[in-house]
Amino acid sequence: MRFRLLEEEPKDEKWKWEEYMTKNNVTRRGVLKSGAVAGTGLALPTIFTASSAAAFTNEPTGASVTLGFNVPQTGPYADEGNDELLAQQLAVEHLNGEGDGGCLNTFSSKALQGNGILGKKVGFVTGDTQTKSDAARASAKSMIEKDGAIMINGGSSSGVAVAVQGLCQEAGVIFMAGLTHANDTTGKDKKANGFRHFFNAYMSGAALAPVLAAEMGKERRAYHLTADYNWGWTQEESIVASTEALGWETVNTVKTPLASTDFSSYIAPVLNSGADVLVLNHYGGNMVNSLTNAIQFGLLDKVANGKDFKIVVPLYSELMAAGAGENIKGVLGSMNWNWQLQDEGTKAFVKSFGEKYGKPPSNSAQTCYAQVLLYADACERAGTFNPCGVAEALEDFEFDGLGNGPTWYRGADHQCFKDVLVVRGNENPTNAYDTLEIVEITPRAQVEYDPEHPMFAGGELGKCNPGA
Amino acid sequence: MLGLNKKDTSLLIVVALLTLLAPFILNPFPEGSAMAQFNAGYPDLMQRFVIFGIFAIGFNILFGLTGYLSFGHAAFLGVGSYSAVWMFKLLSYNVIPAIALSVVVAGLFSLLIGFISLRRSGIYFSILTLAFAQMSFALAYSVLSNPKFNLTNGETGLQVYADDPQILQGANAPDLPHLFGLPMRATYTMDVGAWSFDFNAGYYLCAVIMMAVFYLSIRIFRSPFGMMLRAVKSNQQRMNYTGLNSKPYTLAAFVISGMYAGLAGGLMAAMDPLAGAERMQWTASGEVVLMTILGGTGTLIGPVLGAGFIKYFENIFSKINDNVLHSWFAFLPDGLEDAVVFVIHPFIGKGWHLTLGILFMLVVIYLPGGLVEGGQRLLKRFKRKKKDTDDAPSGKTEPAE
Amino acid sequence: MDAILLQILNGLDKGSAYALIALGLTLIFGTLGVVNFAHGALFMIGAFCAVTLQKLLNLSFVTLDETQKDFLGNPLKVETPFIEAWFGPEVGATIIDWSVPLSILFAIPVMLLVGYVMERGLIKHFYKRPHADQILVTFGLAIVLQEIVKYFFGANPIQTPPPDVLSGSVDLGTMVGFDPNAIIYPIWRLVYFGFAVGIIGAVFSFLQFTTFGMVVRAGMADRETVGLLGINIDRRFTIMFGIAAGVAGLAGVMYGPLNPPNYHMGMDFLVLSFVVVVVGGMGSLPGAVLAGFLLGILESFASTTWATTTIPGINQIIIYLVAIIVLLTRPRGLMGRKGVMEE
Repeated sequence: MRFRLLEEEPKDEKWKWEEYMTKNNVTRRGVLKSGAVAGTGLALPTIFTASSAAAFTNEPTGASVTLGFNVPQTGPYADEGNDELLAQQLAVEHLNGEGDGGCLNTFSSKALQGNGILGKKVGFVTGDTQTKSDAARASAKSMIEKDGAIMINGGSSSGVAVAVQGLCQEAGVIFMAGLTHANDTTGKDKKANGFRHFFNAYMSGAALAPVLAAEMGKERRAYHLTADYNWGWTQEESIVASTEALGWETVNTVKTPLASTDFSSYIAPVLNSGADVLVLNHYGGNMVNSLTNAIQFGLLDKVANGKDFKIVVPLYSELMAAGAGENIKGVLGSMNWNWQLQDEGTKAFVKSFGEKYGKPPSNSAQTCYAQVLLYADACERAGTFNPCGVAEALEDFEFDGLGNGPTWYRGADHQCFKDVLVVRGNENPTNAYDTLEIVEITPRAQVEYDPEHPMFAGGELGKCNPGA
Repeated sequence: MLGLNKKDTSLLIVVALLTLLAPFILNPFPEGSAMAQFNAGYPDLMQRFVIFGIFAIGFNILFGLTGYLSFGHAAFLGVGSYSAVWMFKLLSYNVIPAIALSVVVAGLFSLLIGFISLRRSGIYFSILTLAFAQMSFALAYSVLSNPKFNLTNGETGLQVYADDPQILQGANAPDLPHLFGLPMRATYTMDVGAWSFDFNAGYYLCAVIMMAVFYLSIRIFRSPFGMMLRAVKSNQQRMNYTGLNSKPYTLAAFVISGMYAGLAGGLMAAMDPLAGAERMQWTASGEVVLMTILGGTGTLIGPVLGAGFIKYFENIFSKINDNVLHSWFAFLPDGLEDAVVFVIHPFIGKGWHLTLGILFMLVVIYLPGGLVEGGQRLLKRFKRKKKDTDDAPSGKTEPAE
Repeated sequence: MDAILLQILNGLDKGSAYALIALGLTLIFGTLGVVNFAHGALFMIGAFCAVTLQKLLNLSFVTLDETQKDFLGNPLKVETPFIEAWFGPEVGATIIDWSVPLSILFAIPVMLLVGYVMERGLIKHFYKRPHADQILVTFGLAIVLQEIVKYFFGANPIQTPPPDVLSGSVDLGTMVGFDPNAIIYPIWRLVYFGFAVGIIGAVFSFLQFTTFGMVVRAGMADRETVGLLGINIDRRFTIMFGIAAGVAGLAGVMYGPLNPPNYHMGMDFLVLSFVVVVVGGMGSLPGAVLAGFLLGILESFASTTWATTTIPGINQIIIYLVAIIVLLTRPRGLMGRKGVMEE
């Protein structure tokens, strides 16, 4: 490559050259040096040129910019991570003007032109979070230190999101969270460099409670099974608070070990406890197993306190629905987004994702896709890749056309506010993908809360850190 | 030199050279070239190499010498990390007290667990250590992170918050782990032509500490104490019949290796101030067992090689995706390119576990002594070849005589 | 009272899975002296035999239904399983419904073959090698097996539902005079318990009452002497390995309807099953079974609200706590023999 550059290149070949650079995944430092060498036209080694001259971490100085996609590729969440990765790749294509443009055509902000970001072609690197805080930080670090990634996006658990968010704050890059539902991500653990598009446990509770009250009545007695870690607790707290506000009673809240694979000993006492609703604050494999166990025990066929017994799964995902199979029929829950929505943004995204990969995207895929576009758009509007500029452009940004309806990126805590979906396991699915049906689109106003709400209090954003 | 014989001295010197020159050795490919994907010379991975090297060296003192297979050493690593982060939270971001406390706490913790577990031997000992470690992990993940008594911060991992006391934190001290003002993250990048090499402050701190503890482990291996430990391995019963109580020796070895693990944990926190509970899980304990066996149990350098081997795969192979593959094989005709990518695809990126599993099997089947034996065989073959070529001329001259 | 009975029942059920896996592990260890870290993977492969058979039975041809649309607005592809087309919808649906019990027939030859190939191809070469090497090689094998399964079936769990008549639950409490809803238990879990008892009984009587079993038991006690008597003990041990793999595989097949199989279910059971074996005492078959049921019951009781409020977190650590207590009071587990795996 260097030899090519040593020859004087005609200017009109610039585009070809850029393409070459991206294809070979050229990193920041490589570009810097090649540029310097090309400039002087001499191949003298430039020893001791410290790269601290940059204004912020991994400032892209070449013709391309590198994004870091950090998703689980091994472990129980590998399929979810793969879905996120597909969406991220699609977003990169659209940013570079390939494919049908997807949501670029429906996005309310028209800053993105399909010519990359700020004229630089978008490349990307990938890492494996393994759904472990340590491993996720290691792969994020490697993308920042080795590959010169300017932004980290993705992930499918709150523990990982908080850990990587903290790292990005220290390293001086922007973190666009993927699937993370715990209140803490934009509450106690919020960071100036981190942004969350996904909804949170509080919003799930606020959206679900009225629907639950309408469908099941206001005099219900709930039994909670909760995954015994941070996310489980915040979700339990949120659901308990919002259902009790509507008149429900909480009979018992039982914590289940994360490593559990069989929940029979937790489900067995439920029927005899005086409860008539079971709330499963579980996610992923835990939820698939606990719901399967609950159905095995025949809970949904039972009558308790003179009412039909019901099960609620506050946080749904398409992959969990697929894993739980027939068992989710009639079970209520909430989601950030669903491909069956009928707005223009959703249609555009589902069409380009579906045509490329042959299946509809999941809600974590949509979040990752939207986050990549939002980041790129913020760079364009700010006119810089500097994290502080980007953060300023994202803060209190109002937009529409990405699938969630009118959305607000609140500046006070970097949380997105948008409509929340209440969904139910489809009784008569016609294919493998419509296992969930939308019951209600809860308007944004109903799930908004004060940044100082007690469930979110305790943290502070701090100052944005551009690194360097 | 330093009380070592000639062979050990040269080994120490080789190790010292390798660690000090690692930024060069690990970045052999020019940046921007297709092979740059295999470069491992960036600060985070280099730090991991030496930190897990320390962990494995310590584990080897117990397992390699006494034969006691602990399946719970990750607990000491985790405890070390937690203590270090607590020092950051309470005192300051200076790494010295943090590392010191992590070694001490891990030492005490291993004394307790070792004292109980060493009442049994063989697999019963392994299961006891496993049980203690799994209990620590489960408690750290959930119970010990409840809002009333938050010792570990659970799933998220223990980290420093802005409202932590940090009573010794100076006004001008960096807001991240540092050694008397030198931030661990400080990296000096040297560009030589198309190459670029990172010299990271944190890495060199870890490297210096690793050389020190490597030296210590050589001394232990060669000391009368080390001989005692080997005696435990070869025949504990006979040793007991001669009137020697072997338990103090094994307990000492257990505590020393626990302190090594704590040191590694403390360094991990010092490089990256967050301590996650997964560090204590059985898979993490299993990893150090695999590192040691893979490198060569009971050899001095083996565990370090094993640690490097596994961490390299975890961090480098997991990052190769189809895009990268396509760029490597772009020179092939389209159909062939896709075919090659299709064949390699299952082994890289999300398939890195598969590659690692296959390599485990290959190494243990063909190199019973681990990577060290592989190295020795290569060396031997090389020497023999050299000898052959040396012999050849003399063979020719013979008939003439 | 009813709550106690319910947890005992539940503990027996949990314990059956532990006991079956531990039994296979002990068979391999007791006969061959090999620490098999790939045993969990065998359990997982068993479960995926059921998944595979279900997929095979559901192999479908596609017809386009112009009246319905799929998510992209194209005509909906309607899939009809071949089996329903061949045998008629009724019989076809019944066959698919019974796919898990049918998988037993499918899994037995598969597991015996897997076990045979594993022993002859790999384990055989590791009899004389240190236990550490055995652990490393079988652990590597376990990773490879599970990654292969992940490659073909993905990481998401796959439901293998029980036959319709065996799904759902029965109210056992009313049968013995308790209030309705006091002791409700899923039918398939009762089936699983019965199945486990059957398999365990079969293995024990096989070892106890056949000549083959007698020779194997003699070989477990003193391999060399049996060899000196001119008996080819190695051949029999190979068969024992196959049987152990079969037991693990069948345990996996039947486990699928309880909790949907995923590629890492073997690893989830691996550590636990080792704890069970050691608590039972290395090399003791009755010990392994006893410990399996015991730990199942204790785990069940530890997860009651009463237990978790008395000692927070007890449900997280109970298994390990019991292991520590047993090993400190009984040096070789519940029924272990002296000198086995103590060096």
